[in-house]
Amino acid sequence: MRARGPRRVRIAGGQGFWGDWLEAPYRQVNGGPVDYLMMDYLAEVTMSILQKQKARDPLLGYAKDFIPLMERILPILVDRHIKVTANAGGVNPRACAQAVAEVARRLGLGGKVRIGVVSGDDLLTHLDGLLAHGHALKNLDTGRPLSDVRDRVLSANAYLGARPVVEALRGGADIVITGRVTDTGLTLAPLIHAFGWSADDWDLLAAGTVAGHTIECGAQCSGGNCLVDWERIPDLANVGYPIVEAAPDGTFEITKHPGTGGRISVAGVTEQLVYEMGNPAEYITPDGIADFTTIRLEQTGKDRVRVSGVRGRPATDQLKVSVAYFYGYKAVGTLVYAWPDAYKKAQAADRILRQRLADLGLTFEAVVTEFVGADATHGRLARASAPLDELPEVQLRVGVRSPDKAPVERFTREIAPLILNGPPSVTGFAGGRPKPEEIVAYWPALLDKHIVEPCVELVDV
Amino acid sequence: MELAHARSGDKGDTANVGLIALKPEYYPILVKQVTAARVARHFKGMIKGTVERYELPNLHALNFLLHGALDGGGTISLKTDAQGKVFSTALLRLEVEVAR
Repeated sequence: MRARGPRRVRIAGGQGFWGDWLEAPYRQVNGGPVDYLMMDYLAEVTMSILQKQKARDPLLGYAKDFIPLMERILPILVDRHIKVTANAGGVNPRACAQAVAEVARRLGLGGKVRIGVVSGDDLLTHLDGLLAHGHALKNLDTGRPLSDVRDRVLSANAYLGARPVVEALRGGADIVITGRVTDTGLTLAPLIHAFGWSADDWDLLAAGTVAGHTIECGAQCSGGNCLVDWERIPDLANVGYPIVEAAPDGTFEITKHPGTGGRISVAGVTEQLVYEMGNPAEYITPDGIADFTTIRLEQTGKDRVRVSGVRGRPATDQLKVSVAYFYGYKAVGTLVYAWPDAYKKAQAADRILRQRLADLGLTFEAVVTEFVGADATHGRLARASAPLDELPEVQLRVGVRSPDKAPVERFTREIAPLILNGPPSVTGFAGGRPKPEEIVAYWPALLDKHIVEPCVELVDV
Repeated sequence: MELAHARSGDKGDTANVGLIALKPEYYPILVKQVTAARVARHFKGMIKGTVERYELPNLHALNFLLHGALDGGGTISLKTDAQGKVFSTALLRLEVEVAR
């Protein structure tokens, strides 16, 4: 009798961001064999929105969309033994778990689901203590201390890594709900759990991190936003979201369910690997540092790319912290000008608008004008070769930003009048007056690891 | 003649552009011709900071960091391309000499 080694593990990317395709996770669990489904719900400033919700109602503060999704796929997950890792918990992972448990009971799945809850990332109530103890939480981009904006902080979360998610999986969790955890950690954790990788298997952890980075943006590695030969990428309407098929030695393949659209190619996977990348030799995560200059890619079949050779280095002793704070206000107004002389008319309207704002004595931190259809994407580089005299239409787009609401509010009232008292052939104002928007900005910092205590709880339905 | 494809993203107020050779044999041309200085000149007036370049010979790719490219980036930015998603094709507009 031949001993069977650990088989390959298949991790499906179900969601690249909160707002991604609602169909994707459903199709991932229905479209073929899958062991894990990972989903990302937290953009940089999502936590501040969730903190506001929790402040109004202590039972909120998590990504509410997760619940209807669970309603839809829990029976399939249970039936097919598919586990889930998702940072849908936001700033209230326990409440999210309770809501999921309620759904599970309603679906008659009592006794069949164990939910893992990972928390300990939320630093908001500890912030003053940390600052008092000399943890300055300096902004990684500007070097300024957090005390500069302390009274405007709305949320503060440490990025936990894979470890607490692994602990939850080891505890038998079927659905792991976390607060702020690195996106890569949500893919790496199932790999550590399945293959028993150690905390200092740096090359293996780096490989799992690369796997996570590849699928964390959903279809962006399986044909979405893919520049090479984009017109011939088949059937993007039914794009297959990516699946990592990993082996215990850290090598893995990126693939997708048969019968789905899109394309998995070395070129497309490469585009995703360099996406949102700093120094590629030092991709730092709580679980280790991955060296993206060691990655080897190979097309091993139609829509199948093998990834190997990944090397890594020991983790640092710090965690990244994402703080969100109130910055000020902004508003953007737009109007469309039509041929002839669309560009000139839009420019004239911009001059008139700026003159009126100046005459009102209004000052702003920034006033940014773009001419969509001419230079909004490539600026000077586009203007040089665009047929500016012949454009059929140009959208004038003007944005303002200020620490104060009043000037921004006044600006929003200066757009509509241009329809009747500005340059001619203007349209595209049916949306109504723009609204001043609160700016919640992102403050990245570092904190010593030993200060943060991840917490793992298990909830049986 | 096209030598590369690209994808861009953001890290705060920095846009990163991954420039990938369409064929492995084009990579040395990119390394030689598309220097950080040349990219800085290409984007002059469009970015407020400096340009850094990293090499990924294993992927036949270069990674450029364009600092001060996004009017503060993220939620602060007033730009259409607040997250630098089309800096990729802006870089692809660059023309270089190729020896026969």
